[in-house]
Amino acid sequence: LFRQTYLQMYFRTQISQDPDVASAAAAIRSLLEFLKRDQSETLLGLRENLTEAIRRLGEADSSVAVSSGGELFLRFITLTSLEHLDFSQSKNLLVERGELFLNKISLSRNKVAKLCHTFIKDGAKILTHSSSRVVLKVLENAAADKKRFSVYVTESQPDSAGKLMAEKLRRLNIPVTVILDAAVGYIMEKVNLVIVGAEGVVESGGIINKIGTYQLAVCSKAHNKPFYVVAESFKFVRLFPLNQQDVPAQFKYKADILKTAEDLDKEHPMIDYTPPSLITLLFTDLGVLTPSAVSDELIKIYL
Amino acid sequence: MADADETSKQAERNTNVGDGIAVKKQDIARAKNEGKELTKDEKQRLRKEKKQQKKNKKDDKGESEHENVPLPPSQAVVQCQSQKAPSVAPSLALTPVSVCTSEKPAKSKAEQRAERRARQEADRAAKGKKGESAQQPPSGKSKAPPNELQPVVKRLPEHVQVDDPAAVRKLAKKLERQQIPVRSEYGYKVSLFSHLHQYSRKAPLTQQISIPSTVIHPYIVRLGLQYSQGIVAGSNARSIALLHAFQKVIQDYKTPPNEELSRDLVNKLKPYISYLNQCRPLSASMGNAIKYVKKEISNIPCLCKEEEAKKQLLSCIDNYIKEKITLAATTISAYAIEKISNGDVILVYGCSSLVNHILCDAFDKKRKFSVIVVDSRPRLEGREALRRLVKKGICCTYVLISAVSYILPEVSKVFLGAHALLANGYVMSRVGTSQIALVAKAYNVPVLVCCETYKFCERVQTDSFVSNELGNQYT
Repeated sequence: LFRQTYLQMYFRTQISQDPDVASAAAAIRSLLEFLKRDQSETLLGLRENLTEAIRRLGEADSSVAVSSGGELFLRFITLTSLEHLDFSQSKNLLVERGELFLNKISLSRNKVAKLCHTFIKDGAKILTHSSSRVVLKVLENAAADKKRFSVYVTESQPDSAGKLMAEKLRRLNIPVTVILDAAVGYIMEKVNLVIVGAEGVVESGGIINKIGTYQLAVCSKAHNKPFYVVAESFKFVRLFPLNQQDVPAQFKYKADILKTAEDLDKEHPMIDYTPPSLITLLFTDLGVLTPSAVSDELIKIYL
Repeated sequence: MADADETSKQAERNTNVGDGIAVKKQDIARAKNEGKELTKDEKQRLRKEKKQQKKNKKDDKGESEHENVPLPPSQAVVQCQSQKAPSVAPSLALTPVSVCTSEKPAKSKAEQRAERRARQEADRAAKGKKGESAQQPPSGKSKAPPNELQPVVKRLPEHVQVDDPAAVRKLAKKLERQQIPVRSEYGYKVSLFSHLHQYSRKAPLTQQISIPSTVIHPYIVRLGLQYSQGIVAGSNARSIALLHAFQKVIQDYKTPPNEELSRDLVNKLKPYISYLNQCRPLSASMGNAIKYVKKEISNIPCLCKEEEAKKQLLSCIDNYIKEKITLAATTISAYAIEKISNGDVILVYGCSSLVNHILCDAFDKKRKFSVIVVDSRPRLEGREALRRLVKKGICCTYVLISAVSYILPEVSKVFLGAHALLANGYVMSRVGTSQIALVAKAYNVPVLVCCETYKFCERVQTDSFVSNELGNQYT
C-alpha cells in the first residue's frame, strides 16, 4: 500500500519537474520505476501488481492517454518469450523492454512533428484548440523551417488552457490571437486549416479531446477546411464510442471530481468525442493515416 | 536415348495439352513395364483416366468439353479452354501420334489409349466449336459438374442466370445425372427478376421422388421439405438442422467395397446438396458448413477404420456447432452488452436468434432497457421474436415496418441480425433490413449488426437484384 501512494507521488513529481513531457510518458516512467522496485516472486504476481499500478495511476490522472499508455506498456514488455529464463532474468528482460518502450515514445513526438510541419504552407492561418504539446512542437518545427504563418487559439474554458498555449507561441515569435470558444464559427472563414491534438484515438478513427473539439470539427466541415489531428501512437485506445454519451464516465471528468461528486450528470464533462467522418487526416508516429486506416494500425499495435 | 525422350517430352508438354496427357500415360506405362511400383499420384491418374473413359462413353454431346478433361494440374483446364478458339483440332490428333512413334515399341497399349483419347478430343473440339460462343461467357462463370475436379473459376450460385438457356440446360443435366427432380417454374415471369428462379409452389419437390428414395437419404428429404415449406427458417436454424442431418447420414453410411470412405462419402453428399439447393437455395452459413464437412471427410486418413472415422466425423461436426454457433453467440453477446446502457430503447427487426440471445443475456445482467420489435409481411417473423422477449420479461413494443420513421426519434440503438457478411463489408439480411438502416442513419441512430464469423462470405454484391431468392407471389 505504501508503494502505491509512492507511485502516485512519483508520477506527480515527474509531471511537475518536466511539464513538457506527455502525461502518458510520465506515467510509463513511473511504471518502470515501480517495476524495478517490485518484489513479487512470480510473473503472474508481477503482472497483477502492474495492472493494479496502472489503475492507481488512472486515479491520479484520469485522461485516456494514461490508461492507453499503461496498457500498451504492459503489452509491449510481456510480448517476448519468457519461457526458458528464471524469474530474475525474466524481470531484467522486462525492465529492458520497458526502457526500450520509453525511448520509443519519447521520440514519437518528434516524428509526428516532422511529418506534419510540411503541411503548413507559407502565409497559412491556423486554428487550434486548447493547449497541446504536440501541436506546439509541430508549429515550432514549421517556424524553424522559416515558414510565415499566424495562429488562432481558442480560450478553452474552464481552465483557460488556450492562454497558456498563446504564451508559449509568443515566446517562439509566432503571431497568435486568442479567441473565445464561441467565436469558432466566426473565425472559421478566415483560417486555412485546423490542427488539434488528441488525448485518445479510438478504434473507429475518431478522437477524444478537450471539450469544444467536436464543435470545431463540425464548423470546419461546414466550411470545408481540412481538420488535422496530431497524436502519438501510444494514445490509441481500445474504445468504440457510438456517440457522446457512450464515452466511459471515467474519462470524461477529472480524477478528483470522479471521487467526490454525488451526481455526475450535473458536472461539466472535460472531453468530447469527434467522429471519424469529420477528420481529414491523422498524423502519428506510424505515419500519416486516414481515419479508416486507424483501426488497422490499432489492431497491429494491440496484437 | 532416355534423355532425348525426356527433352522432347518436355517440349511437347509446353505446347500441347492433349499431348501432355499422352506423355503422362506413357510415363505410367513405362514405370509399369520397368517393374517400378506405381506411386500414389500415378495411381490417382490411372483412376481418373478410367473415370474419364467411362464419361466419354456416356457423354454424347460435346457441351461440357472443356470441363471433362481430368488433368491433375488445374492450369491444364484453363489451357484447354483457351485452345478451343483457334483451329487446334487437327493438330491435337496428329502430334500425340508423332510422339508415340518415337517411343519404345513395347508401349503399344499406351499408344492406343493415347490415340483413342486424341481422337475423342478432336471430336469434341469439332462439336464444341458450334456451341462455343454461347459457352465462353458461362464457361468463365458457371461451375463444372460436381463429379469433376475443383474448377479454376469461382462458382456462381445456380439460381442466377436463369435467362441464359445454356446455364439452365447444364443445371438440368447435372440434376438428371444425380437423379434429383427439377423444380417447375411459373408460367408468368416478372421481367425484372427474369434472371432469378421463379418456382411454382403448387407441388412440392418431393412429390416427384419415389418412396423410399434410393438416391437421397430420408432425413435429407425431410430436411428439404422443412426448408421449402418454411418450417425451418433462419440462418442458424437451417445450418444446425443441416449439420444434424449430415450426422445422421454419416451414422447410416456404409463404405461400399473397393471404395475409400474419404472419397465416396463426399460423392454421396453431392446429390443431397443439389437436392437441398433445389428445395431452397443454400445460405452462406450452410455453404461454409458444407465446405467444412467436406474438408473433414477428405482429411480422414485412408487407413482409418470405418467406425473410428465415423466417430471422428460426428465429433468434428459437434465441435463445429459448439464453437461456431453456440460459443460464438456467448462471445458476441459479451461484446454487445457493453454497448447496451441503462435507459436504452433498442430497435430490432424480424427474428434473429443471435439478437434475441443478446437481449436476453443483457436482461439477465440487470440492464434496464426496452425493445421495439419491427415486423413486416408476409412472414411476420417479428411475432416470434416478440414472444420470446416478452416471455423473458423484457418491455416490448411492436410496430410494422411502415411505422419505422414514426418511432425512430425515440430509439437509441438499432440491433440487426445478418444472414451473411460479404467481402466488401455489405450485410445480407431479411428484406427490409436496409430500409431500417437507411432511416436510422437519417435520424443519426447507431446501427449495430451482429453476425457470427461462420457466416462470412467471399462474394461481393452491391445491390439486392443481382442474386436473390424470390418468394411466393400469392401469399
